[in-house]
Amino acid sequence: MPDLPRTPLQRRIATWIPYLWLLVFFLAPFLIVLKISLSETAIAIPPYLPVFNTAAEFGTKLRELTFANYLWLAGDPLYIKAYLSSIRIAAISALAALIIGFPIAYAMARAPRGVRPLLLTLIILPFWTSFLIRVYAWIGILKPEGLLNQALLGSGFVAQPLALLNTDWAVFIGIVYSYLPFMVLPLYASLEKLDPALLEAAADLGSPPIKSFWQITVPLAVPGIVAGLMLVFIPAVGEFIIPDLLGGSGTLMIGKTLWNEFFINRDWPVASAVAIVLLAMLVVPIVLFQNAQARSREAAK
Amino acid sequence: MKRFSAFNVAALVLGFAFLYVPIILLVVYSFNASRLVTVWGGFSTQWYASLLQNQALLDAAWVTLRVALLSATAATVLGTLAAVTLVRRGRFLGRTLFSGMVTAPLVMPEVITGLSLLLLFVAIGFDRGFWTVTLAHTTFSMCFVAVVVQSRLLSFDMSLEEAALDLGAPPLKAFLLVTLPIILPAVAAGWMIAFTLSLDDLVIASFTSGPGATTLPMQIYSQVRLGVTPEINAVSTLMIGVVALVVLVTTALTKTRAARFP
Repeated sequence: MPDLPRTPLQRRIATWIPYLWLLVFFLAPFLIVLKISLSETAIAIPPYLPVFNTAAEFGTKLRELTFANYLWLAGDPLYIKAYLSSIRIAAISALAALIIGFPIAYAMARAPRGVRPLLLTLIILPFWTSFLIRVYAWIGILKPEGLLNQALLGSGFVAQPLALLNTDWAVFIGIVYSYLPFMVLPLYASLEKLDPALLEAAADLGSPPIKSFWQITVPLAVPGIVAGLMLVFIPAVGEFIIPDLLGGSGTLMIGKTLWNEFFINRDWPVASAVAIVLLAMLVVPIVLFQNAQARSREAAK
Repeated sequence: MKRFSAFNVAALVLGFAFLYVPIILLVVYSFNASRLVTVWGGFSTQWYASLLQNQALLDAAWVTLRVALLSATAATVLGTLAAVTLVRRGRFLGRTLFSGMVTAPLVMPEVITGLSLLLLFVAIGFDRGFWTVTLAHTTFSMCFVAVVVQSRLLSFDMSLEEAALDLGAPPLKAFLLVTLPIILPAVAAGWMIAFTLSLDDLVIASFTSGPGATTLPMQIYSQVRLGVTPEINAVSTLMIGVVALVVLVTTALTKTRAARFP
């Protein structure tokens, strides 16, 4: 797009307003987290000793930076377990969402053209309802005397009520339920583009449908599969509400650890260090996701 | 085209049942006469009546509504400006940083956004309360607005605005009178996303809020921690109703606008 030869003042102002806003409310806070993660804990308000307050002090204070909070994280198996357990829970949930979401997306893409917009609306609609409320809804379903157990006991499938609430199972169900639309939408986008003539050609040449599915449909859906997995995995790693409301005392997730560190232990420097490590862990999947997105945009052109 | 198989029908029915049954059960049990959430005791609207007695909940709802209206409006202005910048301006100093800052909050875990904004407010000595929550919500929802408006602007036919400029309209006037009406459905959708994000947020509000500025999700959360009650089902049902209404009205409005600007 040819830009105007010189940038008019109005246009520069239009840029600088959101730019400054993000510098102040996004970048600066992030740098403060980094700074406080390198400070020492203190019993005071605010509960940390500042490392440096101005740029001038930077040089002299550099020696006082402490990695004590990071060493504390590395030395306490609780934190390492929480990180690993977050990754495990998010990965299992993302795979489960793929297994459940794929048939839905596939059926949507195969549905008559006229009903597809309606189906898409139905997938997006739950997004508009509160996340907290959707997670809360599962408490009543998964409780020992809850609706699922009533149904299972009533139909004779189980003799004893299943203990589901406050277990990892409830967390898996909660994550899959909450993030399922994030999985279905990119899958649908790539499956819808698939030309049915390819499958017909394969069938004409004698390929059984199952083989065509694995050799044609799945490889062509890879961009959607990668995008869907990342869109579930990335937010699930740092999730707080689901493990807090549905998980048990044994469910370790880093979002909850950070919350407890901040609100219960009031240890701001350790909470900041937890945040920085969490972010560092998410950099790799985020870069993978954005590369996949860029590739599919290139392919679309 | 192959026929629509039974397997596909089953996948859709089960999939949508999974998505909708929990919400439907939540709504149904808000009309339960029994105090036990999971035992049906007959139809009753008593929990809606008792909501009106719950002053803490009503105060929280009022705070949330004001935060959501203010932050969604500010986020729409900022997000639209950011989208225009990203689509219209070629290279400028710090473009990579800018586009990074617009996309990063979309994937940033809420606990980190909340913690970092809180630490900023503490560092600059800003008393936590209504305004800090509003600023925090504006910041993360403006990025969602920017993404929505950006995708609309990419398919916008620049020759329309160029025609206005050629005819002597000042750039700002050309934007406000030509471009903005055409992209308005996307801007409205952005506002709605920002509004519902703010209405919904628990984590960032918990970090950045202070005394006297408890939002509705914070109030619901603290009641849920004490136990599941039909009253929470009732307030949830009302929230679902409000959001459904906003979605319907905005969809209807954008439909009529789209009809006028084909």
